[in-house]
Amino acid sequence: MPRPGDPAITPALIAEHGLTRQEYERLFAMLGRTPTFTELGIVSALWSEHCSYKHSRPVLKTLPTEAPYVLQGPGENAGVISIGDGLAVAFKIESHNHPSAVEPYQGAATGVGGILRDVFTMGARPIAMLNSLRFGSLESSRVRYLFSGVVRGIGDYGNCVGIPTVAGEIVFDPAYEYNPLVNAMCVGLLHEDDLIRAKAEGIGNPIIAVGARTGRDGIHGASFASEDLSEASDAKRPRIQVGDPFTEKLLLEASLELIKSGHIVAIQDMGAAGLTSSSAEMAERGDVGVTIDVSKVPTRESGMSPYEILLSESQERMLVVAKRGHEEAVREILEKWDLTAAVIGEVIAEPVYRVTEGTKVVAEFPGSRLVTDCPSYSPDARESDAIRTLRAADPLAVPERSEENDPIWTLEKLLSAPTIASKSWAYRQYDSTVRTNTVIGPGGDAAVLRIRGTNKAIAVKTDCNGRYVYLDPRVGGRIAVAEAARNVACTGARPMAITNCLNFGNPTRPEVFFQFKEAVAGMGEACRALGTPVTGGNVSLYNESPSGAVYPTPVIGMVGLIEDLSHVTRATFQHDGDAVLLLGEMGGELGGSEYLATIHEAVLGAPPRCDLDLEKKVIDSLLEAIRAGLVSSAHDCSDGGLAIALAECCVADLECQSGAEIDLSTWGAIPNRGVLFGETQGRIVISSSTPERVLEIAAKAGVPCARIGTVQRTSDTLAIRLADSEMKAPLGRLRHAYHDTIPSIMSRTPEHTTFDELAPVAAH
Amino acid sequence: MKFGIVTFPGSNCDYDAYHAVTEILGEEAVYLWHKDHDLRGSDVIILPGGFSYGDYLRAGAIARFSPIMQEVVAHASSGAPVICICNGFQIACEAGLLPGALMRNSHLQFVSAQVRVRVENSGTIFTNLYETNEVLRIPVAHGEGRYVASDDVLDALENDARVIFRYADAKGNISADANPNGSERNIAGIISEGGNVLGMMPHPERACSPLVGSSDGVRLFESILARVAA
Amino acid sequence: MSKFRIAVHITPRKGLLDPQGKAVTDALHTLGFSEVKNVHVGRYIIIETDAYDAIAAEEAVTEMCEKLLANPVTEDFEIESAVPA
Repeated sequence: MPRPGDPAITPALIAEHGLTRQEYERLFAMLGRTPTFTELGIVSALWSEHCSYKHSRPVLKTLPTEAPYVLQGPGENAGVISIGDGLAVAFKIESHNHPSAVEPYQGAATGVGGILRDVFTMGARPIAMLNSLRFGSLESSRVRYLFSGVVRGIGDYGNCVGIPTVAGEIVFDPAYEYNPLVNAMCVGLLHEDDLIRAKAEGIGNPIIAVGARTGRDGIHGASFASEDLSEASDAKRPRIQVGDPFTEKLLLEASLELIKSGHIVAIQDMGAAGLTSSSAEMAERGDVGVTIDVSKVPTRESGMSPYEILLSESQERMLVVAKRGHEEAVREILEKWDLTAAVIGEVIAEPVYRVTEGTKVVAEFPGSRLVTDCPSYSPDARESDAIRTLRAADPLAVPERSEENDPIWTLEKLLSAPTIASKSWAYRQYDSTVRTNTVIGPGGDAAVLRIRGTNKAIAVKTDCNGRYVYLDPRVGGRIAVAEAARNVACTGARPMAITNCLNFGNPTRPEVFFQFKEAVAGMGEACRALGTPVTGGNVSLYNESPSGAVYPTPVIGMVGLIEDLSHVTRATFQHDGDAVLLLGEMGGELGGSEYLATIHEAVLGAPPRCDLDLEKKVIDSLLEAIRAGLVSSAHDCSDGGLAIALAECCVADLECQSGAEIDLSTWGAIPNRGVLFGETQGRIVISSSTPERVLEIAAKAGVPCARIGTVQRTSDTLAIRLADSEMKAPLGRLRHAYHDTIPSIMSRTPEHTTFDELAPVAAH
Repeated sequence: MKFGIVTFPGSNCDYDAYHAVTEILGEEAVYLWHKDHDLRGSDVIILPGGFSYGDYLRAGAIARFSPIMQEVVAHASSGAPVICICNGFQIACEAGLLPGALMRNSHLQFVSAQVRVRVENSGTIFTNLYETNEVLRIPVAHGEGRYVASDDVLDALENDARVIFRYADAKGNISADANPNGSERNIAGIISEGGNVLGMMPHPERACSPLVGSSDGVRLFESILARVAA
Repeated sequence: MSKFRIAVHITPRKGLLDPQGKAVTDALHTLGFSEVKNVHVGRYIIIETDAYDAIAAEEAVTEMCEKLLANPVTEDFEIESAVPA
């Protein structure tokens, strides 16, 4: 069965494929013989962390996944929820961190392409893209290069396919200096009847490769180390994937047409581990056997081995199971879109996963054991003492800087912190208005998209404060969900369900696995309390560089439903004379705050408490007030605290600016910096022309709510009275700090001046 | 009135144009496939935005050779209305339906934003329901929208009142700050010598409902109906 | 020091997917140039620089390519011989 020229299976080759001795023994036992080189490649891909979730699966199983409206939970290409009227929303988030660290433009672009395919293979037309990005400090020219490359990559791909990029968040922190996070989320809309699952069915049905030809892109790094393979070693080196959004657009239209046509039974993206994982997973879901002939796969380069064809990660390719006898009809649809289709295999009754090269068998596994026999680990979990010490530190023990005597200085400094400042520099590069459904685009608390043919809209948002998770993973995990829920609620939407992208370090380190377990537990608690089940997601581990792991960053992608378009609510102040209300507690907690990080370069203290019962009540009362038509604007109070939230309400929208007069003097018991910049959770800044009725709703629900001031559309200051002092911040200064910071930093060096600094960073 | 909306491989605003015509105007619209030679009886043709053929060589350079473009050119030569938006404008320039060319934005970045344009000539079949000097709020979304032409061509366009839209600020002032892409003389839209082919970078079909930010684009489509009805 | 003129060809790295080249190939086929096998679209850069001699000029331009002009992950470059400017 081995092919001529295949390298011998040695301990060194096994190690290069990332298999432990125990895993190799497991493989040997499954086959009852020594695997071929091709089989070793297949297993190394399928049992990799990325495909198998071998360290994360047992923990992920603890998450809630059900609700009456969940049509598809975890385990498919994307999750799907019903939104009524026979319509459903498919959505998923996925990471492309390592490819983006190596080549930011193509890495981010192909990340967008992959997640788009995951959504349209469910039968959904993509209607929105979101991105959750983490970079190091923008003071580093290399970080500016990564930031600008990633933004261009996201924009060029999404813009070309014609899917609006409408929301997301971008955070800058030295913890991500050498390991940026690039998580892309796609949201699609479908008729419930068109929902299709990637499940191979029907003995004798043909398996068809569709779309781009297969090249040597992204093949597992193990291959080029083998001498026996290398006629030309350069040609065998793993290569970055290059995205082709034009082909993606054709693939999108053709796939949706194929699904509608009824000629096919299943369709799946050839994503990570390419043909191997797509075919093995579809077979496993359908509990059938498959046989694939690699010699029939259209290739871009000559002389590709079965190993390379199976493991190639060339982009813009799909695997389709068609109905037997419908091959011509499938081909016709693809030809209309200038795409090629090749029958490369068949669904078979025999419980076997078989790969041939012509008639010669090059790999064969029994039944679906390739997927089901994958190892599963529960590594040690132990909190790091250093983090426990950090958490115990008292934020108020950090002495104030002398400049802080002028609170406007602090406010400006925080508003111009790149994590808080306006990200328009990036959002202006994303087409956010194509498809004409975008009611609220980038920059709001969440994006809002109308659903044509109904009076409804959906709100979408990604969120995670990695610093909180770092300091206390349980609480940080809860907050990530709660804040995303609050964000969509601020636009008038009921939070429905989440997808998540769990970005962590090396799970075999006990302190990292502790973070993972605890953060997932916290997320699960919040999802249960807020009624937002998990419908799927992605785990990205080993986000480490020699300087350590990134902050544990479980990014939450939240989808909410707005029942009536008249409920859509904006974040910024709208009407002169409206009362400003603070829904939620004052609190004043400074642990893990942006204030400490930006003003004092300190990451310490316990993150703010997260009382899930209160969070639920805050969201419920907010929605009750919005639905009663009492709310002019609603803005979540998060990074930078109340003062930043108020400043954003005043100047974030350049076409709708307001001043305000705010009185916080009743909270004299809390230090001023806690009142202004504390990040106590469960708080929303509301403006309303009928404050008494909002106060009534809050009182009835048992949620603290206080009238704290008045909107002044014609004033050019944000005035805040404290117990012992008063500040009058000119809007011009706030506007400058908020809007001009990132453009001015990004104009410092032109793009591409830093290729020389790129070389030392390699994929893990 | 029947609108024919051309779908090239890579078009992505065809759907938005379709909805503007059918939902907002309440008129009939059909998609026209790039490989066909048939305008299916359309009275008005729309070349929509997108990235035809990926815009891989030059924006619009490959699309102009599509079979359907021969029919579109013939339709234009007969004096019938053709609206060329964004990528459609680029294709029209490549195909010689309109003078000049659209080059990479001066700041080298894609720009997606709500911009203001000033109506320069309200006497055309596309603008007769606007007032001259009226300021419209319409989104742009393009990487290659910087309008360039020789000075002779630019002068001729101005002299013949064929510059229809210019980028302006909210008060209608023409300034470099209001110019999102570095277009010469802030030009956002022009018409052909015959007055029946309109090319513009901003997207009127995306400005057809206050819900999505503006309804200033509606009257552009209504102008055509009004002129034909008159 | 003397003046030199050096031309650089930058092309998509061999073996990588080249969407632009593919789109142009397909378009040429559609126009009837069926004999066309492959097209690759790159950039052509002309640099005028002072250098001690032609070899030094070429070395400098090689470094410019490595650092700035070409992306080493996605592009190959080729330098033409320096000519006095």
